[in-house]
Amino acid sequence: MVETTQSIERPGRLKEFWYYFRENRGAVIGLYVFLGVFFVAVFAPWLAPYDPTEQFREHFLQPPAWQEGGSWDFVLGTDALGRDLASRLIHGARFSFFVGVVVVVISTTGGISIGLLAGFAPKWLDTIIMRLMDVILAFPSLLLALVLVAVLGPSLMNAVIAIAIVLQPHYVRLTRAAVISERHKDYVTSAKVAGAGRFRMMFITVLPNCLAPIIVQAALSFSNAILDVAALGFLGMGAQPPTPEWGTMLAEAREFILRAWWVVTFPGLAILITVLAINLMGDGLRDALDPKLKRS
Amino acid sequence: MLNFLLSRLLTFIPTFIGVTLISFSFIRVLPGDPIIVMAGERGMSEERYAELRAQFGFDQPIFSQYWDYMTGVLQGDLGTSFVTKKPVFDEFFALFPATLELSLCAITLAILLGIPAGIIAAINRGKFFDRALMSSALVGYSMPIFWWALLMIIVFSGWLGWTPVSGRISLMFFFDDVTGFMLIDSLLSGQAGAFKSAASHLILPTIVLATIPLAVIARQTRSAMLEVLGEDYIRTARAKGLPPSRITYVHALRNALIPVITVIGLLVGTLLAGAILTETIFSWPGIGKWMVDSIYRRDYPVVQGGLMLIAVMVMVVNLTVDVLYGLINPKIRKS
Repeated sequence: MVETTQSIERPGRLKEFWYYFRENRGAVIGLYVFLGVFFVAVFAPWLAPYDPTEQFREHFLQPPAWQEGGSWDFVLGTDALGRDLASRLIHGARFSFFVGVVVVVISTTGGISIGLLAGFAPKWLDTIIMRLMDVILAFPSLLLALVLVAVLGPSLMNAVIAIAIVLQPHYVRLTRAAVISERHKDYVTSAKVAGAGRFRMMFITVLPNCLAPIIVQAALSFSNAILDVAALGFLGMGAQPPTPEWGTMLAEAREFILRAWWVVTFPGLAILITVLAINLMGDGLRDALDPKLKRS
Repeated sequence: MLNFLLSRLLTFIPTFIGVTLISFSFIRVLPGDPIIVMAGERGMSEERYAELRAQFGFDQPIFSQYWDYMTGVLQGDLGTSFVTKKPVFDEFFALFPATLELSLCAITLAILLGIPAGIIAAINRGKFFDRALMSSALVGYSMPIFWWALLMIIVFSGWLGWTPVSGRISLMFFFDDVTGFMLIDSLLSGQAGAFKSAASHLILPTIVLATIPLAVIARQTRSAMLEVLGEDYIRTARAKGLPPSRITYVHALRNALIPVITVIGLLVGTLLAGAILTETIFSWPGIGKWMVDSIYRRDYPVVQGGLMLIAVMVMVVNLTVDVLYGLINPKIRKS
């Protein structure tokens, strides 16, 4: 008898993830749009026809190319200071990406560390940490960020810090909940018996098994960060003019809404498309990573 | 039940203290001297600076400042506004009805449209209606509402001329506050056209503020309905030969609504954050605009007091939802 030991290899994690992610058509479209915006953000100086702050004094509030009075020199028209709208939007993608990435990095590292600490800590410390998070969550996030920025001084960086602080409790809660449900499982006990140290237990044994909901939350906070920073910029508390940040551009355009629809429409559309793409991706990530949630 | 209620109330107290600590320390602990900021670019003499510091108690040790602040808070004294010289507490409650009216209209609209949309999507799972409704819900969920508001103004106020751009009612009308709700007061005043004017001012802000809650409610209703429709008792009901509409609306909906109600309760924070943007754009005289204006004017007592009152309101609503949830669902109560 010939022994047939055919080992069936488990498909790689990434491959498995992609298999489920691909099933959600919206998520794949979202991913492509997201990559497109990323491409624009990276290559902005080469893609933009003009410098985002250059003023063309003969072309104030010129309509987009397809409308009467527009020209193909300024495809999406110009703003009230004669700056090319398309170039400003292209450069604006950089700020949105910067904001999303920095906020997600700060709030995930902070939130995961505090959440792990709370999950492993003695009861009293856990209680203190969670009450503190309750306190932060009691404030409407935009209001808290607004006040933080008002005190720190309005700038893009301060807006980013404020939003990272405001979004961070969600990670703490998620991580802690995941840790508590994992902590009493057999593999954790066996790691403990094998003599794993506290840090090894936290970051190497338990954390990788808690990552799925955190990754989904990261996608959500990426889009939230872009929306909130744009809102702060719109209220004059984020990036300051002449920075071509999308929210700030909307704030500058506000007084022209009834005269020049394009200066208002395009920056908002850019925000909406980017945020929508990320949220579509987030839905796909949730379906692919979290088998507990029913696929629908 | 009593234990459950008590334990919830007990967690309320430390959170409340934390909220007062945060709103108190914002001005004092973070970098930047509020008095210098208040003076602006003009600057001020050293005597005036010392006088102002003493007036606001900033020369006291931080603990005694907090003690004074807390005794004030518990007696309903949140200081007086730098700008209007009126007590912060009175200003808040004078403006609050405007925000409440707008928020109630928005959440009503969101519920009236969101729950049916969620049900329709769930029943037609995977079909055209489901896809169309859920795509729109995702767009609504991703909407930068300050931009949405501007678009509405362009289309409905600018191009079509149907609705006014800002305020709560046309300046032609003048009557006393009875309830603080413009819709009710304008009816009570009996003036011809007053109600119509109030309603037309309310339409655009309501739609804008309702957008995100509507999307959230529709998505939540759909997923809750789908979950419930897969339960055994629904199959039993089907097997008994009950009409599908009875199964959907009586058997399934009742259980599906529980998580939806929780989500609606949690939307209060979203509504208030949305009110900040909506009120600013439509010049709606509520607490959102009041907070933003005070931040611009560096009116610190208002910022500090308003921040705390809003947080306490969110906490009270969340606590109420929690308790109600415990009343409906004994499983939560026991855990």
